[in-house]
Amino acid sequence: MKFWEVVMPDGNSDPPSPPPSPPTQTPQRRRPLVDSAVLGTLAFIGTELMFFTGLLSAYNIARARVPASIWPPPDQPRLPVEATAFNSVLLVLSGVLVLAAVEALKRDKKFALPTAVVGWLLGAAFVALQGREWADLLSQGMRMQSSTHASFFYLIVGTHALHAIGALAPMAWVIGRMATKTATVGQLRAAQVFWAFVVLVWPVVYVMVYL
Amino acid sequence: MSQTATHHDHGTATQGHDAHGHDSHGHGHHEEPGFIKKYLWSTDHKMIAQQYMWTGVAMALIGGYLAYAFRMQLAFPGKFIPAYGYMSSLQYNTAVTNHGTIMIFWFAMPVLIAAFGNFLIPLMIGCDDMVFPRINRLSYQVFLLSAIILIASFLVPGGGFNGAWTAYPPLSGNSEYNMAHWGSTLWVLAVALEFVAFLLGGINFITTAMNSRAPGMRLWDMPLVVWMIVIASILFMASVGPLIAGAVMLLFDQNFGTFFFAPERGGDPVLWQHLFWFFGHPEVYVVLLPAMGMSGDIIATFSRKKLFAYKTLLYTVFGTGIISFFVWAHHQFIAGIDPRMANIFTVTTLIISVPIAEMCFLFIATLYGGSITLTVPMLWGLAFVGEFLLGGVTGIFLGASGADIFFHDSYFVVAHFHYTFVPIAIIGFFMGFTYWSPKMFGLMLDETLGKIHFWITIVGFNMIFIPLFFTGLWGDHRRIYNYNNFSELARPELQDLRIIATVGLLIMISAQVFFVINLVKSYFVTKKKAGDNPWKANTLEWQCPSPPPHGNFATMPNVYRGPYEYSLPERESDFWPQNEPPAA
Ligand code: HEM
Ligand SMILES: [Cu+2]
Repeated sequence: MKFWEVVMPDGNSDPPSPPPSPPTQTPQRRRPLVDSAVLGTLAFIGTELMFFTGLLSAYNIARARVPASIWPPPDQPRLPVEATAFNSVLLVLSGVLVLAAVEALKRDKKFALPTAVVGWLLGAAFVALQGREWADLLSQGMRMQSSTHASFFYLIVGTHALHAIGALAPMAWVIGRMATKTATVGQLRAAQVFWAFVVLVWPVVYVMVYL
Repeated sequence: MSQTATHHDHGTATQGHDAHGHDSHGHGHHEEPGFIKKYLWSTDHKMIAQQYMWTGVAMALIGGYLAYAFRMQLAFPGKFIPAYGYMSSLQYNTAVTNHGTIMIFWFAMPVLIAAFGNFLIPLMIGCDDMVFPRINRLSYQVFLLSAIILIASFLVPGGGFNGAWTAYPPLSGNSEYNMAHWGSTLWVLAVALEFVAFLLGGINFITTAMNSRAPGMRLWDMPLVVWMIVIASILFMASVGPLIAGAVMLLFDQNFGTFFFAPERGGDPVLWQHLFWFFGHPEVYVVLLPAMGMSGDIIATFSRKKLFAYKTLLYTVFGTGIISFFVWAHHQFIAGIDPRMANIFTVTTLIISVPIAEMCFLFIATLYGGSITLTVPMLWGLAFVGEFLLGGVTGIFLGASGADIFFHDSYFVVAHFHYTFVPIAIIGFFMGFTYWSPKMFGLMLDETLGKIHFWITIVGFNMIFIPLFFTGLWGDHRRIYNYNNFSELARPELQDLRIIATVGLLIMISAQVFFVINLVKSYFVTKKKAGDNPWKANTLEWQCPSPPPHGNFATMPNVYRGPYEYSLPERESDFWPQNEPPAA
């Protein structure tokens, strides 16, 4: 006798399953709750969020270990708090514009493309201005090896900059497709979602690192 | 998404294609791909699964060889080791470091998550491929690159990294201490790339399971193993971030003169331990859950019984996943953390043992009253539960901070985690392979050879690690390459146990010969066809041809019920495939 011919003894403690639903005639469509590109991006953002959490926690722990008077060390240049605040405004504006572009594309509005372009340019301006800030600090003698404070500063801000570049590049690709009317809302939404992450994580970085 | 329509012709076109083999060029875009396209550049989830599996197995051979070498050194210190030579202390450290790294990151992860995840998820949820096939291909390519970099790190000047798989600074951060500048940098790089590969894989697993399920399949209709792999992917993705942050900092310490973790310049080495174990502990559940899932599915099939308390089990797993983020500091009990903190982590660690135990009990309850057949996969599935139990129970000893002051870094810890990892990785691989290989290759394995292989492996495994619990209790510190240098540990009673452990390893390695013979015999000599559903199982992967063609299903399935409808009293046949329409 084969094993699958054995009849169940009474020990089965599970109740019999409820009657199955009646068969459907035609196969139903798979209807995802969230577009796959967006869902994949969201999963990725989860990891990224934890990555920044790791960096910022490490930063805060290191900072808590030393007296506030030597963080940053007195012989080191101060961080440009006001100029960076201005840059931050550009970044947030960019985030809003790109979001608006998605909504416009959804409704098939003409201004979707220019909105996205301006948003992208503002984002690029943020990266460029931050780059200039780095050049200034380096010329004032603040190196990555100067102090733990400087190490963390370059590490965290640099990581954010790389993310900004990494978000702007695919967004440029989607905008290119918008120009030829081949972009889907899902694609722009995926790019926008990741950009929103880059934009939203920045104020946290700014408050913790600059202030 | 209008996927379904296209999927249909996918399936049918390849059906014919499969039958005609090489002369089937007329089928539109479904031409017979060349060797490179088929084996190296494929986007087919089944091929990627095999790439991951065989790469993982190859890496395991390297990891096993290293284990052989250092266990021989420990049993017969300073003696010539056949097929290796003499082992220096530096070589010893390199060997243990890379053994651990390989077994966890290049064997357990690729085989359990990537290989079985890739193979099973699309088949079990009834779709034709992953949602992002090209990202999937990229995932394997990055993984392969990471493996190559790791192997290359053995060959650079200074040799491979030797700072243990946990890579604690300052040893790992400064080449003046570890004397392997290139080796340690390449090691960090390889691990980082490997994480990228699993990120890409994880994105695919989660998205596919959420968005591509067959019509009618609710989340609660997914087989346990699919759930487990998806949850494992989520845990991995949620925990790996801080470690990547730490790895970047370590890389900078090694190469650019920063001192994040260097105490002599004001850095904080314990910070690394926190970043590492914040990932490291969830990681043990990342590899555990897929193996648990496989064993649950296998036990249900071969007990011809509904998996006991399927939903409760899943809620338990969600809970475990969450708690696993709050236990990491049990690895730092003697690293100088605040004792009040240690208390908290002792409590969380003891709490997390409860759901783990519960899973084992639910499997036992599934067995209870079932019509059990001890096929080879079932043996592996049962052995997994039994052996893992020992690992879990000893974990409770370690989780008590007071006891751990004594146990920490002793062979007791080594035995503990091998009683978790060996069941997970090695037993897990064999249970998955023996159960699903009929589907993968369309051919049955030999049961007798399988049983011989099983029993010798299990005996060898226990013979290695039971003695190590005792040497650990007697004070054997881990990561010592020659106990003769420590008079209180150079005692003959201890040495006898060390030799028994090494003999156990030799037995376990020899047992694998039977596995190889089995493969050769079954796939090249007897070639016994498996048929679509050799185990009479319900899940969707058994309702398509073996091996599944490109596109998997001839007609995409509709799902009418959960995966465990076995031995229903009102039905004649004792199983009820998920896609079989109910009688009208
Ligand atoms: C019931 C669940 C578990 C508990 C309570 C537990 C507890 C512990 C504790 C407290 C330690 C630290 C010992 C020390 O270093 O002094 C430890 C080490 C370890 N455990 Fe577990 N564990 C459990 C399950 C697992 C699982 C499932 C795995 C693997 C899949 C695992 C793998 C490890 C590893 C690799 C180490 C040693 C790490 C090292 O220092 O190299 N444990 N365990
Ligand atoms: Cu742990």
